[in-house]
Amino acid sequence: MNSSVVIFPGSNCDRDMAVALKKFGFKNNMVWHDDIDLPKSDLVVLPGGFSYGDHLRSGSIASKSKIIQSVIKFAKSGGLLLGICNGFQILTETELLPGVLLRNKFSEFICKNVFVKINNTENNYFKKIKKNVLELHIAHNEGNYFCSNIQMKEIVDNNQIALSYCDKNGEINEKSNPNGSSKNIAAILNKEKNILGMMPHPERMIDKYLSGDDGVIFFENLLNNLK
Amino acid sequence: MKISITVTLKKDVLDPQGNTIKKALENMNFKNINDIRQGKYFEIDIDEKNEKKAREKAEEMCKKLLANLVIEDYKIIGQQ
Repeated sequence: MNSSVVIFPGSNCDRDMAVALKKFGFKNNMVWHDDIDLPKSDLVVLPGGFSYGDHLRSGSIASKSKIIQSVIKFAKSGGLLLGICNGFQILTETELLPGVLLRNKFSEFICKNVFVKINNTENNYFKKIKKNVLELHIAHNEGNYFCSNIQMKEIVDNNQIALSYCDKNGEINEKSNPNGSSKNIAAILNKEKNILGMMPHPERMIDKYLSGDDGVIFFENLLNNLK
Repeated sequence: MKISITVTLKKDVLDPQGNTIKKALENMNFKNINDIRQGKYFEIDIDEKNEKKAREKAEEMCKKLLANLVIEDYKIIGQQ
């Protein structure tokens, strides 16, 4: 399986993502934001970080970068496109995913482990996944998911909520919402379910001695689904 | 032609930065502040003499990049 990780100026999770993808068997290419074409890929990842210094709005400048037209074309033809953290912000700014990530409710940068519940397993990311609650890491300033009422109705009607912040037992409640996200949303899919934007970082949870290994479950499952 | 644009959060969108600034001002003994909303201001010097065309271009810039219309409103507040 071939993957591509796009590097923008200010990306800082690109190499972690490449390490994770290679560890689980992807043949990975790094792609520079100024490139025009994507290499042949089964999966394209927009990594976390602070693309273009978060100028204007997080993800907004990256959403107009040279490579992005090829990324949009790839996703619109059904390719798997995964945006993590800043990558999720880029996906909303390109309007490949609805809504926007606002500043965290309590004006703080949040860096901690959280639990997320998997709401939709009818997609290549979570199909056949072994657990329904994962412990993953978040590190963001703008992760407060927000959208219009009309968009929210569509998201719910089309079963697009992929992950919700929850407690360790899988209970979705206000207390387990770290950043004020509408409906505790931590990740959403597009209608066709090939594009996933998520605030948590699975690539930071791939070593049981250093972090925790629920990221292993995510990547192994994704690879198995693509085989 | 120079065009000025403000971009502000829509009325119902949470503005934690505005709230933080309000608290700081209150700590400085500025009383009776009901609310603070933070926004952005752009000055665009555009090589276009026709006022209507310049305004149209500014509108397009706002819709495509300067504002995210899910959460923000824009206002072209002046040109010279």
